Amino acid sequence: MAFKNVDLSRYSFEGAQADAITDLSTLDEFDRKRLLYAGIDVNTKERSGSFMHMNHSGVHCKSTQEGLELLDIKQALKLYDGLPQYFWKMVDPNRDEYTRAAAEHLHGGYFIRARKGAKIEAPVQSCLFIKGNGVGQNVHNVVIVEEGAEMHIITGCATAHGTREAAHLGISEFFVHKGGKLTFTMIHNWGEDTAVRPRSAGMLEEDAVLVNNYVLLKPVKDLQMYPTLTLAGRGSVARFNSVIVAPDGSYVDTGNRILLNAPDTRGEIIARTLTTGGTIINRGHIGAYQVPARGHLECKGLILGSGVIHAIPELEGTVDGVELSHEAAVGKIAQEEIEYLMARGLDEDEATSTIVRGFLNVDIMGLPRELEQAVEDQINQLDAGDAM
Amino acid sequence: MLEIRDLHVCIGDVEVLKGIDLKIEAGETFILFGPNGSGKTTLLMTLMGFANYTVTQGQILFKGQDITHAPMYERARLGIGMSFQRPPTIHGLKTGHLVKMCAREREVDVEDLARKVNFDRFLERDVNAGFSGGEIKRSEMLQLMAQRPDLVLFDEPESGVDLENMALIGQTARQLLDGMPPASCSMKQQKARCKTSGLIITHTGYILEYVNADRGQVMYDGHLCCEARPRDILDHVSKYGYQECLRCLDSDATLGQIKEAL
Repeated sequence: MAFKNVDLSRYSFEGAQADAITDLSTLDEFDRKRLLYAGIDVNTKERSGSFMHMNHSGVHCKSTQEGLELLDIKQALKLYDGLPQYFWKMVDPNRDEYTRAAAEHLHGGYFIRARKGAKIEAPVQSCLFIKGNGVGQNVHNVVIVEEGAEMHIITGCATAHGTREAAHLGISEFFVHKGGKLTFTMIHNWGEDTAVRPRSAGMLEEDAVLVNNYVLLKPVKDLQMYPTLTLAGRGSVARFNSVIVAPDGSYVDTGNRILLNAPDTRGEIIARTLTTGGTIINRGHIGAYQVPARGHLECKGLILGSGVIHAIPELEGTVDGVELSHEAAVGKIAQEEIEYLMARGLDEDEATSTIVRGFLNVDIMGLPRELEQAVEDQINQLDAGDAM
Repeated sequence: MLEIRDLHVCIGDVEVLKGIDLKIEAGETFILFGPNGSGKTTLLMTLMGFANYTVTQGQILFKGQDITHAPMYERARLGIGMSFQRPPTIHGLKTGHLVKMCAREREVDVEDLARKVNFDRFLERDVNAGFSGGEIKRSEMLQLMAQRPDLVLFDEPESGVDLENMALIGQTARQLLDGMPPASCSMKQQKARCKTSGLIITHTGYILEYVNADRGQVMYDGHLCCEARPRDILDHVSKYGYQECLRCLDSDATLGQIKEAL
């Protein structure tokens, strides 16, 4: 099934500069609320650093933790002579028209580096924000976890309340060096007519661990992404967890790819998708080219009322001894489960929403408590709409 | 408490219950025997209100109300509770959370209740996910303890349970049915206090060692027959098997049909 195209000529990639914001808590109430739903804590209290990019400008960048380097990518390119080891190393600038657009017209993005051995306990947050009609945004992010370092990045992508016709093209490159550990949590809070084309890829060295969480609970017009992680070092582990909801009008084509390129590697992809009228194409690919290597792919989809879910799980092994498995299901809520809860006194709506909440649960993501709560609140709000 | 009048039930096109009459008084525990496929589980599922069980004739009255066509949750809220034999797994729903929901607006100490059935370690686990036979039963008991129904339907409480768990489950079933009166009160007072009724399906009769079963009957091919003391039925069935029920039903007009069916 082919990817859908976005007509970039409809968006303006110039002239939407924004002023610096020293204190994120001075944002107006509407913006704060949009950011909250994208996982951003504007009070920055429980964060070791915060970054914000609005339209075509970096507007906020502050690290409060030793061992954590947080820069605007433009500044990092200047400071480190174009970042030859990292910049455009995992993603090919000529891959498609979106990577080309981002290469030709860089607006900014974040450069986040956890220095060797640094254990960054509080999450680093970054926010990519679009405010204004017809704005097209190109960002390029680079994340580096040096040897033995640990870090959790929460990145929230959102459009402002009332923003029409926006496009976001984002390049992200991840490097987790020997024994490093990165948890990367991305929450999308786009608008009903936003087009989104992230292009992400990462590389893991020996014994590195990368957990990639993705949450999309709000409408988006057209989103397509297929982040790829290459496990290049022995003993490295990668996991993707996704929770995706597509209401009527949303078109979401997402997948995760893990390439097990070294012995003793493990990859896991777990996706829970729910449509209440939108279209979800849920891809997944685990390739194993060295042994021993283990991979498991799980894509489960629920259709509630109407909508389309197209699950495309792929497993590929090229050596004797690989262990790959997948579990895919597209269906409705089992009547048996609803009746079980009704026998305990829950009416049909209560039973349905209880099961859906369980299906979409983000427990395994290991999010900070207040973020997990915010995500759960949003899932609970799904009940209020036509979703359930 | 419960009154069933001339109940006929179909699953799909097949009539499974063919005219059931049964009365269970408040505080009374009734034991249902019968071979596999005779319709025992169908009766329980119909009382609880499962969608696939269609009542084609007759009536179910609970606490004087006609609940023949009431939705399941209404029956549950009125006070009917059921212990499932093979409950579904619900991923992402913690057992402790479900127990809380069973109590509805009533405050319950979930941890404390769980300790009583040695289940406190499971409260953070997803409902029925990877539970063994005994764990499923304890989970069901725990949910019922929070729900506090006035009529408890037990579908084979002893199936898949080891002996050690059997004692725990048997005692819990008894507590659910008898309440937990202070040790000082007399038998008579105790009986008067306890209004919880039970309807229990059993094959092995192990449960009889724990609960005060008042009456029993055998279900055979969708009919109820042979009302007697549960112990006597059990003894009889273990000696002669259910074939004896045929003789019992001899005078019944439906014998011809049963023989045909066999």
